[in-house]
Amino acid sequence: MLSKKNKEALFNPLSKDNPVLVQILGICSALAVTASLEPAIVMGISVICVLAFSNVIISFLRKTIPTNIRIIVQLVVVAALVIIVQQILIAYNYDVSKQLSVFIGLIITNCILMGRLEAFAMHNSPWPSFLDGIGNGLGYTIVLLIVSFFRELLGSGTLFGFQVIPDWCYRHGYENNGLMILAPMALITVGCIIWFHRAHNKELQED
Amino acid sequence: MNKNSNTYQILYAAVMVLLVGSVLALIYMALKPKQNENIANDTRKQILSALHIGAPDDSKVKETYEKYIIQDLLVDSEGNIIDSTKNVAFDVDMKKNVKLAERQLPVMKCRMDDGSVKYVLPMYGAGLWGPIWGYVAMNDDGTTIYGANFSHEGETPGLGARIADQDFQDKFVDKHLFVDGQFKGVVVLKKGQKSTTGAEVVDALTGATITSLGVSAMLEDCLTPYEAFLQKLQGANSAPSAEAPVVETIENETNDNQPE
Repeated sequence: MLSKKNKEALFNPLSKDNPVLVQILGICSALAVTASLEPAIVMGISVICVLAFSNVIISFLRKTIPTNIRIIVQLVVVAALVIIVQQILIAYNYDVSKQLSVFIGLIITNCILMGRLEAFAMHNSPWPSFLDGIGNGLGYTIVLLIVSFFRELLGSGTLFGFQVIPDWCYRHGYENNGLMILAPMALITVGCIIWFHRAHNKELQED
Repeated sequence: MNKNSNTYQILYAAVMVLLVGSVLALIYMALKPKQNENIANDTRKQILSALHIGAPDDSKVKETYEKYIIQDLLVDSEGNIIDSTKNVAFDVDMKKNVKLAERQLPVMKCRMDDGSVKYVLPMYGAGLWGPIWGYVAMNDDGTTIYGANFSHEGETPGLGARIADQDFQDKFVDKHLFVDGQFKGVVVLKKGQKSTTGAEVVDALTGATITSLGVSAMLEDCLTPYEAFLQKLQGANSAPSAEAPVVETIENETNDNQPE
Protein backbone atom coordinates (compact mmCIF):
# COMPACT_ATOMS: atom_id res chain seq x y z
CA MET A 1 0.00 0.00 0.00
CA LEU A 2 2.55 2.56 1.11
CA SER A 3 5.87 1.45 -0.29
CA LYS A 4 8.84 3.81 -0.10
CA LYS A 5 8.09 5.15 -3.55
CA ASN A 6 4.43 5.76 -2.73
CA LYS A 7 5.37 7.52 0.47
CA GLU A 8 7.62 9.79 -1.51
CA ALA A 9 4.78 10.53 -3.91
CA LEU A 10 2.58 11.50 -0.99
CA PHE A 11 4.97 13.34 1.33
CA ASN A 12 7.63 14.92 -0.89
CA PRO A 13 5.25 17.55 -2.29
CA LEU A 14 4.54 18.80 1.23
CA SER A 15 7.95 20.40 1.53
CA LYS A 16 10.97 19.14 -0.44
CA ASP A 17 9.09 19.05 -3.75
CA ASN A 18 6.32 21.53 -2.94
CA PRO A 19 4.37 22.46 -6.08
CA VAL A 20 4.28 26.18 -5.29
CA LEU A 21 7.59 26.71 -3.52
CA VAL A 22 9.83 24.39 -5.51
CA GLN A 23 8.05 23.49 -8.74
CA ILE A 24 6.66 27.07 -8.97
CA LEU A 25 3.29 25.84 -10.21
CA GLY A 26 -0.12 27.28 -9.42
CA ILE A 27 1.17 30.73 -8.50
CA CYS A 28 -1.66 32.48 -10.35
CA SER A 29 -4.42 31.06 -8.21
CA ALA A 30 -2.28 31.51 -5.10
CA LEU A 31 -2.51 35.24 -5.77
CA ALA A 32 -6.22 35.32 -6.41
CA VAL A 33 -7.67 33.44 -3.47
CA THR A 34 -5.36 34.27 -0.57
CA ALA A 35 -6.77 37.63 0.52
CA SER A 36 -8.48 35.79 3.37
CA LEU A 37 -8.28 32.35 4.97
CA GLU A 38 -11.70 30.93 4.21
CA PRO A 39 -11.61 30.95 0.39
CA ALA A 40 -8.03 29.67 0.60
CA ILE A 41 -9.17 26.57 2.50
CA VAL A 42 -12.10 25.93 0.17
CA MET A 43 -9.83 26.30 -2.84
CA GLY A 44 -7.27 23.96 -1.27
CA ILE A 45 -9.83 21.22 -0.65
CA SER A 46 -11.29 21.45 -4.15
CA VAL A 47 -7.86 21.29 -5.75
CA ILE A 48 -6.98 18.22 -3.68
CA CYS A 49 -10.14 16.43 -4.90
CA VAL A 50 -9.88 17.36 -8.57
CA LEU A 51 -6.13 16.70 -8.68
CA ALA A 52 -6.40 13.26 -7.07
CA PHE A 53 -9.21 12.07 -9.34
CA SER A 54 -7.89 13.50 -12.59
CA ASN A 55 -4.53 11.87 -11.77
CA VAL A 56 -6.27 8.51 -11.33
CA ILE A 57 -8.31 8.80 -14.54
CA ILE A 58 -5.34 9.86 -16.66
CA SER A 59 -3.27 7.12 -15.10
CA PHE A 60 -5.89 4.51 -16.11
CA LEU A 61 -5.97 5.89 -19.65
CA ARG A 62 -2.23 6.49 -19.96
CA LYS A 63 -1.50 3.48 -22.19
CA THR A 64 -4.22 4.40 -24.70
CA ILE A 65 -3.64 8.14 -24.99
CA PRO A 66 -2.01 9.17 -28.31
CA THR A 67 1.11 11.22 -27.54
CA ASN A 68 0.23 13.98 -30.00
CA ILE A 69 -3.07 14.88 -28.39
CA ARG A 70 -2.29 14.02 -24.77
CA ILE A 71 -2.59 17.61 -23.52
CA ILE A 72 -6.05 17.89 -25.07
CA VAL A 73 -7.10 14.63 -23.45
CA GLN A 74 -5.83 15.82 -20.08
CA LEU A 75 -7.67 19.11 -20.42
CA VAL A 76 -10.92 17.40 -21.35
CA VAL A 77 -10.68 15.08 -18.35
CA VAL A 78 -9.95 17.91 -15.94
CA ALA A 79 -12.64 20.16 -17.36
CA ALA A 80 -15.26 17.40 -17.33
CA LEU A 81 -14.41 16.51 -13.74
CA VAL A 82 -14.61 20.11 -12.63
CA ILE A 83 -17.99 20.62 -14.32
CA ILE A 84 -19.37 17.46 -12.74
CA VAL A 85 -18.24 18.57 -9.29
CA GLN A 86 -19.77 21.98 -9.89
CA GLN A 87 -23.13 20.61 -11.06
CA ILE A 88 -23.37 18.20 -8.15
CA LEU A 89 -22.57 20.99 -5.71
CA ILE A 90 -25.24 23.25 -7.20
CA ALA A 91 -27.81 20.48 -6.84
CA TYR A 92 -26.90 19.17 -3.41
CA ASN A 93 -24.91 21.84 -1.62
CA TYR A 94 -25.87 25.17 -3.09
CA ASP A 95 -24.25 27.30 -0.40
CA VAL A 96 -20.84 25.74 -0.89
CA SER A 97 -21.18 26.00 -4.67
CA LYS A 98 -21.83 29.72 -4.27
CA GLN A 99 -18.68 30.14 -2.21
CA LEU A 100 -16.69 28.17 -4.74
CA SER A 101 -18.16 29.92 -7.78
CA VAL A 102 -15.06 31.44 -9.32
CA PHE A 103 -12.58 28.90 -7.92
CA ILE A 104 -14.12 26.07 -9.85
CA GLY A 105 -13.10 27.77 -13.08
CA LEU A 106 -9.71 28.57 -11.64
CA ILE A 107 -9.06 24.90 -10.91
CA ILE A 108 -9.17 24.06 -14.63
CA THR A 109 -6.44 26.57 -15.34
CA ASN A 110 -4.33 25.60 -12.33
CA CYS A 111 -0.90 24.68 -13.66
CA ILE A 112 -0.42 22.13 -10.87
CA LEU A 113 -3.03 19.91 -12.50
CA MET A 114 -1.50 19.88 -15.95
CA GLY A 115 1.96 19.71 -14.44
CA ARG A 116 1.22 16.62 -12.32
CA LEU A 117 -0.77 14.87 -15.06
CA GLU A 118 2.05 15.36 -17.51
CA ALA A 119 4.92 14.66 -15.12
CA PHE A 120 3.48 11.87 -12.99
CA ALA A 121 0.16 10.34 -13.99
CA MET A 122 1.25 9.70 -17.58
CA HIS A 123 4.00 7.37 -16.34
CA ASN A 124 2.65 5.80 -13.16
CA SER A 125 -0.10 3.41 -12.12
CA PRO A 126 -3.34 4.69 -10.56
CA TRP A 127 -2.57 4.21 -6.83
CA PRO A 128 0.72 6.15 -6.75
CA SER A 129 -0.91 8.74 -9.01
CA PHE A 130 -3.74 9.14 -6.51
CA LEU A 131 -1.23 9.64 -3.68
CA ASP A 132 0.73 12.07 -5.79
CA GLY A 133 -2.45 14.06 -6.39
CA ILE A 134 -3.30 14.18 -2.69
CA GLY A 135 0.28 15.11 -1.77
CA ASN A 136 0.56 17.92 -4.27
CA GLY A 137 -2.89 19.20 -3.37
CA LEU A 138 -1.88 19.30 0.29
CA GLY A 139 1.42 21.00 -0.49
CA TYR A 140 -0.48 23.65 -2.41
CA THR A 141 -3.04 24.07 0.39
CA ILE A 142 -0.34 24.56 3.02
CA VAL A 143 1.22 27.41 1.07
CA LEU A 144 -2.21 29.00 0.47
CA LEU A 145 -2.90 28.87 4.19
CA ILE A 146 0.39 30.48 5.19
CA VAL A 147 0.03 33.25 2.61
CA SER A 148 -3.62 33.96 3.42
CA PHE A 149 -2.91 33.93 7.18
CA PHE A 150 -0.50 36.84 6.84
CA ARG A 151 -2.54 38.66 4.22
CA GLU A 152 -5.77 38.51 6.20
CA LEU A 153 -4.09 39.32 9.52
CA LEU A 154 -2.13 42.31 8.27
CA GLY A 155 -4.54 43.42 5.56
CA SER A 156 -7.88 43.20 7.36
CA GLY A 157 -6.93 42.59 10.99
CA THR A 158 -9.09 39.46 11.02
CA LEU A 159 -8.69 35.66 10.84
CA PHE A 160 -11.54 33.63 9.31
CA GLY A 161 -13.50 36.89 9.36
CA PHE A 162 -13.15 37.38 13.14
CA GLN A 163 -11.39 40.48 14.33
CA VAL A 164 -8.15 39.57 16.11
CA ILE A 165 -6.42 42.95 16.33
CA PRO A 166 -7.96 44.57 19.42
CA ASP A 167 -9.77 47.89 19.11
CA TRP A 168 -7.29 49.77 21.31
CA CYS A 169 -4.57 49.20 18.69
CA TYR A 170 -6.71 51.05 16.17
CA ARG A 171 -7.39 53.79 18.69
CA HIS A 172 -3.65 54.23 19.16
CA GLY A 173 -3.01 54.76 15.50
CA TYR A 174 -2.63 51.23 14.12
CA GLU A 175 -3.98 50.86 10.58
CA ASN A 176 -4.63 47.80 8.49
CA ASN A 177 -2.19 47.60 5.61
CA GLY A 178 -4.39 47.90 2.53
CA LEU A 179 -1.47 46.85 0.34
CA MET A 180 -1.61 43.34 1.82
CA ILE A 181 -5.02 42.76 0.22
CA LEU A 182 -3.71 43.52 -3.26
CA ALA A 183 -2.19 40.86 -5.49
CA PRO A 184 1.44 42.09 -5.49
CA MET A 185 1.77 41.39 -1.77
CA ALA A 186 0.78 37.76 -2.38
CA LEU A 187 3.79 37.44 -4.68
CA ILE A 188 6.07 39.09 -2.15
CA THR A 189 4.73 36.85 0.63
CA VAL A 190 5.28 33.76 -1.51
CA GLY A 191 8.78 35.07 -2.22
CA CYS A 192 9.50 35.40 1.49
CA ILE A 193 8.22 31.88 2.14
CA ILE A 194 10.44 30.50 -0.62
CA TRP A 195 13.38 32.34 0.95
CA PHE A 196 12.78 30.81 4.40
CA HIS A 197 12.09 27.43 2.87
CA ARG A 198 15.34 27.36 0.90
CA ALA A 199 17.32 28.68 3.82
CA HIS A 200 16.20 25.65 5.83
CA ASN A 201 16.66 23.09 3.04
CA LYS A 202 20.30 22.87 2.04
CA GLU A 203 19.61 20.42 -0.81
CA LEU A 204 17.35 22.97 -2.57
CA GLN A 205 20.03 25.65 -2.66
CA GLU A 206 21.60 26.30 -6.02
CA ASP A 207 25.07 27.74 -6.44
CA MET B 1 -2.34 -0.75 -32.95
CA ASN B 2 -0.26 2.29 -33.79
CA LYS B 3 -1.10 4.96 -31.23
CA ASN B 4 0.25 7.73 -33.39
CA SER B 5 -1.63 6.99 -36.59
CA ASN B 6 -4.03 9.70 -37.71
CA THR B 7 -7.02 7.37 -37.69
CA TYR B 8 -6.40 6.32 -34.10
CA GLN B 9 -5.99 9.90 -32.94
CA ILE B 10 -9.11 11.15 -34.69
CA LEU B 11 -11.16 8.21 -33.45
CA TYR B 12 -9.82 8.62 -29.93
CA ALA B 13 -10.66 12.31 -29.86
CA ALA B 14 -14.11 11.77 -31.38
CA VAL B 15 -15.05 8.99 -28.97
CA MET B 16 -13.72 10.96 -26.01
CA VAL B 17 -15.66 14.09 -26.91
CA LEU B 18 -18.87 12.12 -27.51
CA LEU B 19 -18.51 10.25 -24.26
CA VAL B 20 -17.67 13.25 -22.12
CA GLY B 21 -20.32 15.35 -23.86
CA SER B 22 -23.10 12.85 -23.27
CA VAL B 23 -22.09 12.21 -19.65
CA LEU B 24 -22.11 15.95 -18.94
CA ALA B 25 -25.44 16.40 -20.71
CA LEU B 26 -26.97 13.54 -18.75
CA ILE B 27 -25.74 14.88 -15.44
CA TYR B 28 -26.99 18.34 -16.33
CA MET B 29 -30.46 17.06 -17.28
CA ALA B 30 -30.70 14.86 -14.22
CA LEU B 31 -29.74 17.59 -11.78
CA LYS B 32 -31.61 20.48 -13.43
CA PRO B 33 -34.89 20.35 -11.44
CA LYS B 34 -33.05 20.14 -8.15
CA GLN B 35 -30.74 23.00 -9.17
CA ASN B 36 -33.63 25.24 -10.23
CA GLU B 37 -35.29 24.66 -6.90
CA ASN B 38 -32.08 25.58 -5.08
CA ILE B 39 -31.68 28.72 -7.14
CA ALA B 40 -35.28 29.82 -6.48
CA ASN B 41 -34.84 29.14 -2.77
CA ASP B 42 -31.61 31.09 -2.76
CA THR B 43 -33.37 34.06 -4.36
CA ARG B 44 -36.05 33.85 -1.65
CA LYS B 45 -33.31 33.80 0.98
CA GLN B 46 -31.73 36.92 -0.51
CA ILE B 47 -35.06 38.74 -0.47
CA LEU B 48 -35.69 37.69 3.13
CA SER B 49 -32.19 38.78 4.05
CA ALA B 50 -32.85 42.27 2.65
CA LEU B 51 -35.76 42.32 5.12
CA HIS B 52 -33.44 41.27 7.98
CA ILE B 53 -35.22 37.95 8.27
CA GLY B 54 -32.54 35.39 9.05
CA ALA B 55 -32.19 32.46 6.69
CA PRO B 56 -34.28 29.62 8.06
CA ASP B 57 -33.19 26.09 7.22
CA ASP B 58 -33.56 25.11 3.62
CA SER B 59 -36.80 23.16 3.90
CA LYS B 60 -38.64 26.15 5.37
CA VAL B 61 -37.42 28.92 3.07
CA LYS B 62 -40.45 28.81 0.79
CA GLU B 63 -42.86 28.70 3.71
CA THR B 64 -41.23 31.68 5.42
CA TYR B 65 -41.08 33.60 2.17
CA GLU B 66 -44.78 33.13 1.54
CA LYS B 67 -45.57 34.16 5.08
CA TYR B 68 -43.92 37.57 4.79
CA ILE B 69 -44.31 38.46 1.10
CA ILE B 70 -47.99 39.33 0.86
CA GLN B 71 -48.20 40.62 -2.69
CA ASP B 72 -46.20 40.77 -5.91
CA LEU B 73 -46.57 43.90 -8.01
CA LEU B 74 -45.45 45.20 -11.37
CA VAL B 75 -45.45 48.97 -11.60
CA ASP B 76 -44.85 51.36 -14.50
CA SER B 77 -42.57 54.38 -14.59
CA GLU B 78 -45.50 56.58 -13.46
CA GLY B 79 -45.82 54.48 -10.34
CA ASN B 80 -49.11 52.83 -11.31
CA ILE B 81 -49.65 49.18 -10.48
CA ILE B 82 -50.13 47.31 -13.74
CA ASP B 83 -50.12 43.73 -12.53
CA SER B 84 -50.47 42.04 -9.18
CA THR B 85 -50.85 38.34 -9.94
CA LYS B 86 -49.14 35.89 -7.60
CA ASN B 87 -45.36 35.63 -8.04
CA VAL B 88 -45.41 38.07 -10.95
CA ALA B 89 -42.53 40.08 -9.49
CA PHE B 90 -40.61 37.02 -8.31
CA ASP B 91 -40.72 35.51 -11.79
CA VAL B 92 -39.26 38.54 -13.56
CA ASP B 93 -35.94 37.52 -15.08
CA MET B 94 -33.76 40.46 -14.13
CA LYS B 95 -31.09 39.32 -16.55
CA LYS B 96 -33.39 40.06 -19.47
CA ASN B 97 -34.91 43.08 -17.81
CA VAL B 98 -32.19 45.55 -18.71
CA LYS B 99 -33.45 47.86 -21.47
CA LEU B 100 -34.89 50.91 -19.80
CA ALA B 101 -37.67 51.49 -22.35
CA GLU B 102 -39.21 48.04 -21.99
CA ARG B 103 -38.21 47.36 -18.41
CA GLN B 104 -40.67 45.79 -16.03
CA LEU B 105 -40.52 47.17 -12.51
CA PRO B 106 -41.17 44.39 -10.01
CA VAL B 107 -41.99 45.14 -6.38
CA MET B 108 -42.53 42.66 -3.57
CA LYS B 109 -44.82 43.94 -0.85
CA CYS B 110 -44.08 42.47 2.57
CA ARG B 111 -45.68 42.62 5.96
CA MET B 112 -43.31 42.24 8.90
CA ASP B 113 -44.10 40.66 12.25
CA ASP B 114 -44.80 44.07 13.78
CA GLY B 115 -47.32 44.82 11.04
CA SER B 116 -45.20 47.39 9.21
CA VAL B 117 -45.17 47.18 5.41
CA LYS B 118 -41.95 47.08 3.37
CA TYR B 119 -41.35 47.12 -0.36
CA VAL B 120 -38.51 45.08 -1.86
CA LEU B 121 -37.05 46.31 -5.15
CA PRO B 122 -34.78 44.00 -7.17
CA MET B 123 -31.53 45.34 -8.66
CA TYR B 124 -29.31 44.02 -11.42
CA GLY B 125 -25.99 45.36 -12.68
CA ALA B 126 -22.38 44.67 -13.56
CA GLY B 127 -19.43 44.13 -11.23
CA LEU B 128 -15.80 43.63 -12.20
CA TRP B 129 -15.95 40.05 -13.50
CA GLY B 130 -19.62 39.42 -14.02
CA PRO B 131 -23.16 40.31 -13.04
CA ILE B 132 -24.06 41.55 -9.58
CA TRP B 133 -27.59 41.80 -8.26
CA GLY B 134 -29.41 42.61 -5.11
CA TYR B 135 -32.59 43.52 -3.28
CA VAL B 136 -33.28 46.80 -1.56
CA ALA B 137 -36.08 46.85 1.00
CA MET B 138 -37.77 50.23 1.43
CA ASN B 139 -39.79 51.44 4.39
CA ASP B 140 -43.33 52.46 3.48
CA ASP B 141 -42.35 56.12 3.80
CA GLY B 142 -40.87 55.61 0.31
CA THR B 143 -37.49 57.16 1.08
CA THR B 144 -35.71 55.27 3.87
CA ILE B 145 -33.84 52.05 3.09
CA TYR B 146 -34.84 49.31 5.51
CA GLY B 147 -32.27 46.76 4.37
CA ALA B 148 -30.23 45.61 1.40
CA ASN B 149 -28.78 42.39 0.12
CA PHE B 150 -26.23 42.05 -2.66
CA SER B 151 -24.99 38.99 -4.49
CA HIS B 152 -22.53 38.41 -7.27
CA GLU B 153 -21.56 35.72 -9.70
CA GLY B 154 -17.79 35.84 -9.56
CA GLU B 155 -16.31 38.88 -7.87
CA THR B 156 -12.82 38.48 -6.42
CA PRO B 157 -13.01 36.64 -3.09
CA GLY B 158 -11.87 38.84 -0.23
CA LEU B 159 -12.23 41.97 -2.36
CA GLY B 160 -15.29 42.58 -4.52
CA ALA B 161 -17.04 39.53 -3.11
CA ARG B 162 -17.39 41.42 0.16
CA ILE B 163 -20.43 43.23 -1.26
CA ALA B 164 -22.26 40.08 -0.15
CA ASP B 165 -21.08 40.55 3.45
CA GLN B 166 -23.47 41.77 6.11
CA ASP B 167 -21.08 44.56 7.14
CA PHE B 168 -21.30 46.20 3.75
CA GLN B 169 -25.02 45.68 3.35
CA ASP B 170 -25.75 47.14 6.78
CA LYS B 171 -24.18 50.42 5.72
CA PHE B 172 -27.21 51.04 3.49
CA VAL B 173 -29.72 50.82 6.32
CA ASP B 174 -31.48 54.14 7.11
CA LYS B 175 -30.05 55.95 4.09
CA HIS B 176 -32.55 58.26 2.41
CA LEU B 177 -33.23 58.17 -1.33
CA PHE B 178 -34.95 61.55 -1.24
CA VAL B 179 -33.09 64.57 0.07
CA ASP B 180 -35.30 67.61 0.70
CA GLY B 181 -38.02 66.05 -1.42
CA GLN B 182 -35.71 65.53 -4.40
CA PHE B 183 -34.87 62.00 -5.60
CA LYS B 184 -31.11 61.54 -5.25
CA GLY B 185 -30.66 57.79 -4.79
CA VAL B 186 -27.73 56.55 -2.77
CA VAL B 187 -24.14 56.37 -4.00
CA VAL B 188 -21.11 54.26 -3.09
CA LEU B 189 -17.93 56.34 -2.90
CA LYS B 190 -14.42 56.00 -1.58
CA LYS B 191 -14.27 56.76 2.15
CA GLY B 192 -14.24 60.48 2.80
CA GLN B 193 -15.54 61.57 -0.60
CA LYS B 194 -18.71 63.63 -0.87
CA SER B 195 -21.36 63.07 -3.49
CA THR B 196 -21.58 65.85 -6.07
CA THR B 197 -25.36 65.51 -6.40
CA GLY B 198 -26.04 65.68 -2.68
CA ALA B 199 -27.08 62.03 -2.45
CA GLU B 200 -26.34 60.10 0.73
CA VAL B 201 -23.06 58.18 0.62
CA VAL B 202 -22.03 54.64 1.54
CA ASP B 203 -18.28 53.92 1.93
CA ALA B 204 -16.81 51.82 -0.87
CA LEU B 205 -14.86 48.64 -0.18
CA THR B 206 -11.08 49.02 0.01
CA GLY B 207 -9.34 47.31 -2.89
CA ALA B 208 -12.60 46.74 -4.76
CA THR B 209 -13.10 50.02 -6.58
CA ILE B 210 -14.70 48.61 -9.72
CA THR B 211 -17.16 46.40 -7.85
CA SER B 212 -18.09 49.29 -5.55
CA LEU B 213 -18.65 51.56 -8.53
CA GLY B 214 -20.71 48.75 -10.05
CA VAL B 215 -22.95 48.66 -6.99
CA SER B 216 -23.32 52.41 -7.16
CA ALA B 217 -24.19 52.34 -10.87
CA MET B 218 -26.63 49.48 -10.32
CA LEU B 219 -28.41 51.39 -7.56
CA GLU B 220 -28.72 54.46 -9.72
CA ASP B 221 -29.86 52.50 -12.75
CA CYS B 222 -32.40 50.36 -10.92
CA LEU B 223 -33.75 52.76 -8.30
CA THR B 224 -34.34 55.76 -10.56
CA PRO B 225 -37.24 54.16 -12.52
CA TYR B 226 -39.05 53.68 -9.21
CA GLU B 227 -38.97 57.41 -8.42
CA ALA B 228 -42.67 57.92 -9.22
CA PHE B 229 -43.68 54.77 -7.33
CA LEU B 230 -41.72 55.83 -4.26
CA GLN B 231 -43.19 59.32 -4.43
CA LYS B 232 -46.66 57.80 -4.46
CA LEU B 233 -45.73 55.80 -1.38
CA GLN B 234 -44.71 59.01 0.37
CA GLY B 235 -48.00 60.56 -0.66
CA ALA B 236 -49.99 57.54 0.48
CA ASN B 237 -48.11 57.52 3.75
CA SER B 238 -48.75 61.14 4.59
CA ALA B 239 -52.33 60.95 3.27
CA PRO B 240 -53.87 58.78 6.01
CA SER B 241 -52.97 61.35 8.65
CA ALA B 242 -54.58 64.03 6.49
CA GLU B 243 -57.51 61.80 5.62
CA ALA B 244 -58.10 60.45 9.08
CA PRO B 245 -59.77 63.58 10.47
CA VAL B 246 -61.95 63.71 7.36
CA VAL B 247 -63.15 60.19 8.06
CA GLU B 248 -63.77 61.16 11.64
CA THR B 249 -65.83 64.17 10.70
CA ILE B 250 -67.90 62.08 8.33
CA GLU B 251 -68.50 59.63 11.14
CA ASN B 252 -69.37 62.50 13.43
CA GLU B 253 -71.74 63.81 10.86
CA THR B 254 -73.44 60.48 10.46
CA ASN B 255 -73.58 60.18 14.22
CA ASP B 256 -75.05 63.61 14.40
CA ASN B 257 -77.47 62.76 11.67
CA GLN B 258 -78.71 59.60 13.25
CA PRO B 259 -80.66 61.18 16.09
CA GLU B 260 -82.33 63.42 13.63
